Amino acid sequence: MNRQTVKQAFYKSIPVMAGYLVLGIGFGILLQNAGYGVLWSAAMGLFMFAGSMQYVGVGLLAAGASVLTTALTTFMVNARHLFYSISMIETYKDAGKYKPYLIFALTDETYSLLCDGETPEGADPALYRFLVSLFNHSYWVSGCVLGSLLGTVLSFSTAGIEYSMTALFLAAFTEQWLTAHDHIPALTGLFCTLGCLLVFGRANFLIPAMLLITLVLTLLRRREEDTL
Amino acid sequence: MRAAILIAVMSLVTILLRFLPFLVFHGQTPPYVAYLGRVLPPAIIGMLVVYCLREITPTAPPFGIPELIASAAVVGMQAWKRNSLLSILTGTVLYMALIRLAF
Repeated sequence: MNRQTVKQAFYKSIPVMAGYLVLGIGFGILLQNAGYGVLWSAAMGLFMFAGSMQYVGVGLLAAGASVLTTALTTFMVNARHLFYSISMIETYKDAGKYKPYLIFALTDETYSLLCDGETPEGADPALYRFLVSLFNHSYWVSGCVLGSLLGTVLSFSTAGIEYSMTALFLAAFTEQWLTAHDHIPALTGLFCTLGCLLVFGRANFLIPAMLLITLVLTLLRRREEDTL
Repeated sequence: MRAAILIAVMSLVTILLRFLPFLVFHGQTPPYVAYLGRVLPPAIIGMLVVYCLREITPTAPPFGIPELIASAAVVGMQAWKRNSLLSILTGTVLYMALIRLAF
C-alpha cells in the first residue's frame, strides 16, 4: 500500500468527515430511541451506507412497514443512485478488484468527491478512489455507532432530535431549488405528495405519491424537455 | 426478526440500484431513463419533506408552529450560508428548544 496515496485520499475525504459524523450520530440516536441498539445501527451503516434512506428506514422499522413498502420506498428514495452509477461507468471501467466496492460505496458525498474523474499525479487511480470511498464509509459507520452509544448514555432528553431528518431534506430541497432553473419537478413532488396525504391519510400515502409523481413527470416529459 | 428482514431488503435494493447500470448499460442510456434521472431526484426530495412533516395536525395545538418556525430557519439558513450541515444543526437545535420552552 502506497503511503502517499493513503495521505492524498485522506485529505480528499476530510470535507465529508464532519458531515458524516454529525449525520451518523443523529441517525444512531434516532435508531436508539426507536428501540434498536448499536448492532442494528452498525449493520445499517455498514450494509446500506445510504444517509437519507437510513433516516427514512428508522421510520419504516418503527412503523413495522411491510416488505413491499420497504422495497418500494428504498427504490424511490435511492433511485438517484442509478444515475450516479450511470455517470461513473466510464470512470470505474478499469478499477479491477476495487470495482465492486467502489460501486457499493457510491454515496452522494463520495460521488461529489470523485465525479470529476481527477486523481493525484502518480497515484493508482483505482486504489485512490477505493481509499476515498473507504475513508467516507468508515466516518459514516463511526458516526452511526457513536450516535447509538450516545443515545443510551445521554442524561438529557433527546426529544425533538427527529427533526434533524426533516431539516436534512429541507436543506437539500432548498439547495436544489436555489441551483435549479426548472422548479416543476420539485413542485410536482411537493404537491403530489401533499394531495396523496390528504386523500389516503398518514399511514398509506407514500406509495400512491411515488406512483403519481412518476406518472405526472412522465406526462410532463415533452414540456420539460422543451424547457431545457 | 422483522427488523433484520427490513434492513436486508433496504440494503439489497440500495446495492441493486448502485450495481444495475454497470450490469445493464454499456455506454448508451435510454432517453426516458436519463429524463427520469434528471427530474426524479428533486421531486423525491419534495416528497420526503412532506413525508417528514406528516404528523402535523394544523387544527389542534400546537398547530405545527414549532415545525413551521424551525423549517423557516432551515430554509433561511440554507439560502444565506449554503451550508447544509449548519442549516440542519440550526433547525434541529431550534426545534428542540421550541418544544421545551415555548410549546
